[in-house]
Amino acid sequence: MIAALEIAGLSKRFGGLPATQDVAMRVMPGERRLIIGPNGAGKTTLFNLVGGELRADAGSVRLFGTELLGLSTQRRAHLGLARTYQILTLFPRETLLHNVVLALMGLRRLRWQPWIRLAGQRALHEAAQAALARVGLADRAARIVSETSYGERRRLELAMALVQQPRVLLLDEPLAGLSAEERGAVQALLSAIPRDITIVMIEHDMDVALAFAEQITVLHYGQVIVEGTRAAVVADPRTKEVYLGG
Amino acid sequence: MQFWVIQTLNSLALGGLLFLLSSGFSLIFGLMRMANLAHGVFFMLGAYLGVTLLQAGVNFWLAALGGGLLVALLGGLLERCVLRALAGNEQGQVLVTLGVSFIVADLCLVVWGGDPIPLSPPAGLRAPLFFMGLAFPTYRLAVLFVAIAAAVLLYVVMERTRIGAMIRAGVDDMAMARIVGIRVSLLFTTVFCLGAALAGAGGVIGGPMLSAYPGLDSDMLPLALVVVILGGVGSLVGSFVGSFIVGGLYSFGTALFPDLAYFVLFLPMLLVLVLRPRGLFGRTLA
Amino acid sequence: MTGLEGVGRWFWLAAAAVALIALPWLMPNDFYVNLASQILVYAVWALSLNLLVGFAGMQSLGHAAYLGGGAYVCAWLIANAGLGHAAAALLTVLIIGAMAGLFGVLALRASGLGFLMITLALGQILWGVAYRWVDFTGGDNGIRLPSRPAPFGLALNQPAPFYYFALAVFAVVLLVMWRIAQSPYGAALRGTRDQPRRMSALGYNVWLIRWSAFVLAGFWGGVAGLLYVYYNKFVSPQALSLQQSAEVLIMTILGGVGSIIGPVVGAVIITLVKTVVSSYVDRWNTLLGVLFLVVIVFMPEGVVPGLRRLRRRFGP
Repeated sequence: MIAALEIAGLSKRFGGLPATQDVAMRVMPGERRLIIGPNGAGKTTLFNLVGGELRADAGSVRLFGTELLGLSTQRRAHLGLARTYQILTLFPRETLLHNVVLALMGLRRLRWQPWIRLAGQRALHEAAQAALARVGLADRAARIVSETSYGERRRLELAMALVQQPRVLLLDEPLAGLSAEERGAVQALLSAIPRDITIVMIEHDMDVALAFAEQITVLHYGQVIVEGTRAAVVADPRTKEVYLGG
Repeated sequence: MQFWVIQTLNSLALGGLLFLLSSGFSLIFGLMRMANLAHGVFFMLGAYLGVTLLQAGVNFWLAALGGGLLVALLGGLLERCVLRALAGNEQGQVLVTLGVSFIVADLCLVVWGGDPIPLSPPAGLRAPLFFMGLAFPTYRLAVLFVAIAAAVLLYVVMERTRIGAMIRAGVDDMAMARIVGIRVSLLFTTVFCLGAALAGAGGVIGGPMLSAYPGLDSDMLPLALVVVILGGVGSLVGSFVGSFIVGGLYSFGTALFPDLAYFVLFLPMLLVLVLRPRGLFGRTLA
Repeated sequence: MTGLEGVGRWFWLAAAAVALIALPWLMPNDFYVNLASQILVYAVWALSLNLLVGFAGMQSLGHAAYLGGGAYVCAWLIANAGLGHAAAALLTVLIIGAMAGLFGVLALRASGLGFLMITLALGQILWGVAYRWVDFTGGDNGIRLPSRPAPFGLALNQPAPFYYFALAVFAVVLLVMWRIAQSPYGAALRGTRDQPRRMSALGYNVWLIRWSAFVLAGFWGGVAGLLYVYYNKFVSPQALSLQQSAEVLIMTILGGVGSIIGPVVGAVIITLVKTVVSSYVDRWNTLLGVLFLVVIVFMPEGVVPGLRRLRRRFGP
């Protein structure tokens, strides 16, 4: 079976600093993969390389067999890649509904239309409303993003990523900065994501992450140190080493 | 042959003047991440101040120094009172410097009138130097030497002094510089005043070649822009090389193809923009 | 978007339309009708820049290239190449559009301040060419337009007919800008202004969106250039100067970026102030500089939003 995401020999240097060193990974369709590692291990860099915001020095990244390296970020979105960011990048002066509408439009020809009324696109707005409902934000659809709580914004971001109907979803610390209550809500949403979306997640919150993950990759100094099932990685002595020193 | 001698020295002298103008511009851009559109008017104001100082009987080189210092004073006022109020809003700062350039240019018109005023070069440098049967315009040579001396001095300051290290650190990584404890706001004022001083002095020194006239600022500013686009932002070496390239292209262009001088300048800038947007030596303009 | 809501909005729009149509009868003499025509020309120009500055969030200091460029190309085609008005107008907007396409590719090699500087440099180069290439452009003497166009046989030589012509063009441009603003493309434009990185990840081609906005702004700037040269029957390098680019930028910012009415308000204010000041004193440039300072420091979001904010603070 073809891998959802296949990374081979991926490398990136910043000046003299190797940020990503010869990383290889095979994520199968429907899998829940967790990427962990101490700060500076190169996790977000990896996402930026896969997403196309950084140009790799060497290696290959295949999405269901299609080579991504060399393609623009927007092209990768069209091929079925979606991601969320460690630092929220929403549209702060727009309503929650409009944020989702923008996300929906990104992959449709409609986005080039300069004459028709966007507000009159019923089907589009209904789909956006439904997406907000799925993350529990339906009643706040008309609120401006800057007037919402951090937890609500995280959920909005997730909704925006999901409406892209991605094949592979990259989540960069989706639980960061959330209160215990908000974390529960987001965790429930993540568990409810259907299996036709493959998820690769970076997370620091070990309890939630470990409960969620099936396969784990441990990164340190830009290299893959340990990889395998949850049980195997937790038991592996090298994992403890990475976190406790050395 | 005489023609080529004159033209070459014209280009070198113009290159030297451009270096005095654009080195400050490039440093300000590199450190403060803003394009000081008042830089052309600093140059012009320097030239006009030079006119007045020379008329008052001040020695030429002292007048150059005086012009530089007075313009530096204006620059300091501008930086502390206006630019500081827009900290973080670099685009706003750029537009404000544009506004200031209109005001100062207009006021120069009021004070010094609309006719071009030539400056006389210092007495000892008026006669041409004769060498191998050719006449070398002495003053142009002097301008070149002053520019080279300024370049060397700037280089030494940047590479060998503490303040130079702070400037370089700020240009490279502002956040880090702050963390390390560099007093960034003081540095900004210093660099802005330094840039203004160089431009102002350059205006006086360029006076015998270019004269002081309304519109001098709009003639010089685009040249400084092209130098920085060619040579790269924040790079002293880039300003140096870029200044002489632009000086050469502009001088020879105006002499050989007067109608198309701007095209001759245009083409290399376009080439650099297309092939290497960060200029020959610098960091990205973005 | 226009700053007015509900029924009130339609009332004000209707009132404005009536006032604009009746204007030639309301004005005491021809001078004011001509002034109104001038304001309309600049309003069209400010609206074109607003696409770039307000919607796409890209500050340009080289927009005079399209006003002056359009004026020069049209004048040259008619005066020196002997073309008729219709052909000249069509060719002008095509050429200016193509120029905007080329300049856009160059300017978009950078963003933010780099973009600003490149647009400035390109604008200055065009100005320098107009000034120096005397054989082609007449240098400082400029080019005279022998006659105004006569669309459908109607002569535009009198102030009132020309005013209605300008009003018609203005209405068309206003409609186009309004449609763009509330269209999906307009939303995409604003998205790239606010979060370009996110837009890329959502599947938008940010470069293409920006470049298309640049071309559209240039194209409609060229249309403003046509109006400009028809009005003045003359064009000189002044139309390509940095000062002109600065004036249109301040018009766009002054009124209020991102709205449709903002640039129009800005055009009205700046043109009125400039005309009034210029008749008493020569210090328009100083006033322009001071305006820049005041607006950027105290009302960066523009007059319309700024006044609204002040009214909320100090009002009942």
